[in-house]
Amino acid sequence: MALKQVSSTDEFIKGLWRDNPVFIHMLGLCPALAVSNTAINALAMGAATTFVLLMAGLSVSLLRNFIPREARIVSYICIIATFVTCVDYAIMAISIELHRALGAFIALIVVNCLILGRSEAFASKHNPGRALLDALGMGVGFTGALFFIGVMREVLGSGTLFGVGLFPDGFQTWTVMVLPSGGFFAMAIWLLVVNWIRQRQADAEKQAVEQAGKAAS
Amino acid sequence: MNAPAPIEQKRTSVWEMYRSIVGIGAFCALLIVSVYQGTAGRIADNKARFLSNAIAQVLPDVQSTVEVSLDANGVLVAATEPASLPAFLAYGEDGELVGAVITAQAMGYADNVTVLYSYSFDLQAIVGFMVLETKETPGLGDKVETEPHFLANFEALDARLNEEGTALANAIVTVKQGEKTEPWQIDGITGATITSEAIGVIMHQGSSYWLPALERDARSFQPPSGPLDE
Repeated sequence: MALKQVSSTDEFIKGLWRDNPVFIHMLGLCPALAVSNTAINALAMGAATTFVLLMAGLSVSLLRNFIPREARIVSYICIIATFVTCVDYAIMAISIELHRALGAFIALIVVNCLILGRSEAFASKHNPGRALLDALGMGVGFTGALFFIGVMREVLGSGTLFGVGLFPDGFQTWTVMVLPSGGFFAMAIWLLVVNWIRQRQADAEKQAVEQAGKAAS
Repeated sequence: MNAPAPIEQKRTSVWEMYRSIVGIGAFCALLIVSVYQGTAGRIADNKARFLSNAIAQVLPDVQSTVEVSLDANGVLVAATEPASLPAFLAYGEDGELVGAVITAQAMGYADNVTVLYSYSFDLQAIVGFMVLETKETPGLGDKVETEPHFLANFEALDARLNEEGTALANAIVTVKQGEKTEPWQIDGITGATITSEAIGVIMHQGSSYWLPALERDARSFQPPSGPLDE
């Protein structure tokens, strides 16, 4: 049976929507819920995770014929931990305040199952170009999901976006949205929206197939 | 019908295992050390700026500071090089002594917790508090940075010395939430018990070490000539 050829564009795009790591595969939920209390924190965590995804994907793909199967997990974790450490230093060099805001979650990128999952499932089986596209798509999809959650929580919970006030003085902020439980509420609302859109898409495709079938008969 | 021949899997040699793990380890070590070297200067500058802002936050009247240390005889002297846990004398606009700022550290739940707090010579009390570094559980241990009733402990936490001026008159301790009865007790946080207790240990240890020398020597301390740290 011939394998379906996947174009480079598909390799990138799949992480944005069809295989979105947060909204579809529910991977990396710990940082997605914990650090998304502001839009800027969400973007910073997304950018840090995307960098680690890209570098880990590239390294694992380049070394895929060098790493024996028995030593693959320890090798991947070592590579991922190295790039997380580099990101940790880089964020401290850019802004100590940002580093404090992201707290322990920078170090916890090491155990983000999204990165190990893409290294094992994709990068170790494909060439560096495809591995990079896959990592970039997943990283942008992850960042986008965190950003959407972060915007909702910051706007409702603090009445600001990127620290800029959006509402008149009388606006009563929903404090619960910046608390940990707010992460679950925002996540649930976005999941509802995403699943509703996907259901509509599936129904439309089903109808199109049925109509095509009727037309053919 | 003949049974299918078993698929032969290539066995990985010990050399291949060593080669890959040691090779990747060496590459990773080289990369980490290189990035560390490349960013160390910038990180040190950022930390110094952050510390300066933190001092202004725990002691708003401060205009300049002098880092101090204790010599072999326990006498307060100007620090010759930055310490990992520094203490500062803080001066106001007219050069008057407005307080001291102390950094101290103790083990929390996950890792060391480092805090910065200010001491008022007039009130003989701790009057400001800020967590400098923590890796405590997000949402639980990090409540020591945000919980209003906990932060209220440090508006005037009694830290007076005994009559001889050699030690704290009363040990600073963290008590269970809602059980604070004395001004030297810290009202703890339910759900962040270990971390809030660690803050009590930090305050007690830091104050026991620094306050006898600060109370004895700070008022007569002559800051070194030259511009003070802004």
